Amino acid sequence: MQANVPKRKVLLTALVVSLVCSAVVTVSTILLRPIQEVNRQHYMHLNILKVAGLYQQGVAIEKQLQQLETRLVELETGEFYEMEHPEEYDQHKATKDPKQSIALLPDEDIVRIKRRADYAPVYLTRDDSGRVNRIVVPIYGSGLWSTLYGFIALQGDTETVIGIRFYEHAETPGLGGEIDSARWLKQWSGKVLFDEYWQPKIELVKGGVDHSNPGSLHQVDALSGATLTNRGVENILKFWLGENGFGPFLDVVRSSEGRL
Amino acid sequence: MSSLSTTSTDKCKIALINPLFDSNPITVQILGICSVLAVTTSLKSTLIMCAAVIAVLTLTNTTVSIIRHHIPASIRIIVQMTIIASLVIVVDQFIKAYAFEMSKPLSVFVGLIVTNCIIMGRAEAFAMHNPPGLSFLDGLGHGIGYSMVLIIVATVRELLGTGRLLGYTLMPSVFEGGWYYPNSMMVLAPSAFFIIGLLIWALRSWKSHQVEKDQ
Repeated sequence: MQANVPKRKVLLTALVVSLVCSAVVTVSTILLRPIQEVNRQHYMHLNILKVAGLYQQGVAIEKQLQQLETRLVELETGEFYEMEHPEEYDQHKATKDPKQSIALLPDEDIVRIKRRADYAPVYLTRDDSGRVNRIVVPIYGSGLWSTLYGFIALQGDTETVIGIRFYEHAETPGLGGEIDSARWLKQWSGKVLFDEYWQPKIELVKGGVDHSNPGSLHQVDALSGATLTNRGVENILKFWLGENGFGPFLDVVRSSEGRL
Repeated sequence: MSSLSTTSTDKCKIALINPLFDSNPITVQILGICSVLAVTTSLKSTLIMCAAVIAVLTLTNTTVSIIRHHIPASIRIIVQMTIIASLVIVVDQFIKAYAFEMSKPLSVFVGLIVTNCIIMGRAEAFAMHNPPGLSFLDGLGHGIGYSMVLIIVATVRELLGTGRLLGYTLMPSVFEGGWYYPNSMMVLAPSAFFIIGLLIWALRSWKSHQVEKDQ
């Protein structure tokens, strides 16, 4: 360590250190990205299986995924969109492409995602008679700090929850971050997401759900200390079950009585 | 500390062994305890965190030591920070690639290694004045010293808080039909303070010279 170093040397050292460090960071990020991408995909599939209640430990995930029928849905009409390899469709890439997505009006965009892709994947299972008995759909939107990405699994009646999970978010650990916690997620099973007019209806309530209350089927205990994360989850469900989300598709499922 | 008569192997030993008990960064220097509170709820995430800290600490110490004669005194802190921050990003990328599942519960805490005082403390206090080999050992020693405390805290917290360890049920909890009633305080941050406090007490009873004199 020298006390009096000429300014030029100080600048040069700073420059060299910054360049070397940024090179190291860039190279490692780029080299590791493909592996991380595979992990992310794998983790998403794991979440689809878990949310549908189909996950078995010790069996390869890609194999288990074959129990589910992957389809693409045109969100506006709610009809299936036939595609060669629906599992290769990337909803989030499509959202950024103006040709494959629509801009949302400010008052429609309650989840603050700005654009919505025209097509979205759905994952289905059918009973022996060929009727849809499980529907898993991707959901996402803003929480407090971050975008929450998740899946919700519904029964064939399109309104009863099998499960909900968020696989990616950056909410405050211990507060909003508890949307990962098994204990909180467990209470969603059996909740009903629509009212009698088929409008989305689900509320996150503070202080616990009173099960004697007739409306408690539409209520879930909110996370404590996470007002904005709770509001995010509420809006995400409202949006993705509504007319700009999977509303039309769920209509089609109901009107065809699951035979689609 | 380092008289002229000490041989270099002695120096190496001191650099490596001293931080385990005599100058443990957590129990003696009380540094870097933020991450102890945050990640020690489960042993598995703690182990990943320890590996990350050891990697960052040894690499930072070695790198800083190698270029120590070229770092101008006026910008030495910022140079150290740049090196630390870059290494933390690299380690975080590795965790996301090879321990993806664990990167979820660790979330922001790997990134926060940047602000862990132990790392910059060792770079500034040791690596700036010592050769690379010795600095490497110093980093390793402090990393292991840090990890020992974290592993003890995490073992106590996970076992008493959930009845499990590394995912294996050792004491079946009443929620799973067993007999153990989990102490939920153990999963909250304050319990880490209590356990560290008890550890410091135990260590100072054993090595009584660590007790500060009355002022």
